[in-house]
Amino acid sequence: MNSNLLFDFTVDKAAKTVFITREFDAGLSLVWDAFTKPELLDQWSAPAPMRAKTKYMNFEVGGKRFYAMISPDGQARWALQRYTSITPKTHFQIYNAFSDKDENLELPGSEWDYNFSEQDGITKVNITVFNESFERMEKLLDGFTAGFKMTLKNLEDLLVTLSQKS
Amino acid sequence: MRQDIFQAIADPTRRAILSLIAMQALTPNTMAEKFDMSRQAVSKHIKVLNECGLIRPEQSGREIYYHFNAKKMQEFDNWLAQFRQSWETQFNQLDKVLATIKNKKNEQ
Repeated sequence: MNSNLLFDFTVDKAAKTVFITREFDAGLSLVWDAFTKPELLDQWSAPAPMRAKTKYMNFEVGGKRFYAMISPDGQARWALQRYTSITPKTHFQIYNAFSDKDENLELPGSEWDYNFSEQDGITKVNITVFNESFERMEKLLDGFTAGFKMTLKNLEDLLVTLSQKS
Repeated sequence: MRQDIFQAIADPTRRAILSLIAMQALTPNTMAEKFDMSRQAVSKHIKVLNECGLIRPEQSGREIYYHFNAKKMQEFDNWLAQFRQSWETQFNQLDKVLATIKNKKNEQ
């Protein structure tokens, strides 16, 4: 990451709201596509070692993205995002909820709001996550944490193997 | 149902109770006096705070004193830090995706 690019993460505990701002070294159209096209979303929208896999996606108001976050051991955590508002290349809003593989939602979900703006070839994305519950955050992170621990474990095993060889 | 910490601290009265008992442990009666609230209202708040582990009761003679559980708050902050970390990881991945696409365009 270009170290001059802004990354800001603020939590308003009282309002149960998370504010995230990030700049990207790319034009608005490209960044917008990266957030709204499944083939691009799947390349980045789950934190490694997890990966994202979109089952289907209709980017239109009332449309949905049904996708899974898959952990290294093959566990899938499904989520459904419904697009509630779209202003091309400027703004979109989703209602995000976990679900099982058959799209039965685990309520309540939370509302996510995305804003995009470009200046001098740098695109700024503002994300607001409304009323995310702590329990949901734990769920979001479960796989990530487990995957992260697994990566460390693999590294340990590798180091053990290497040190035995030398 | 386990109480959600976010839910617990989203309430201004509960935040005020936490600030107060972070300085000194209090009995429900003292809390009711300080906040000019009914014992019933205080009990409800205590129940929420207790269920999510932000406070812990300690019996002292005939009274129950509630203490602030700083460790739980720290745990919550650690979770938030991980949430941030998870976003950061995703954005760094996105940087790479964007750079790859830009390079391909330049080659054409």
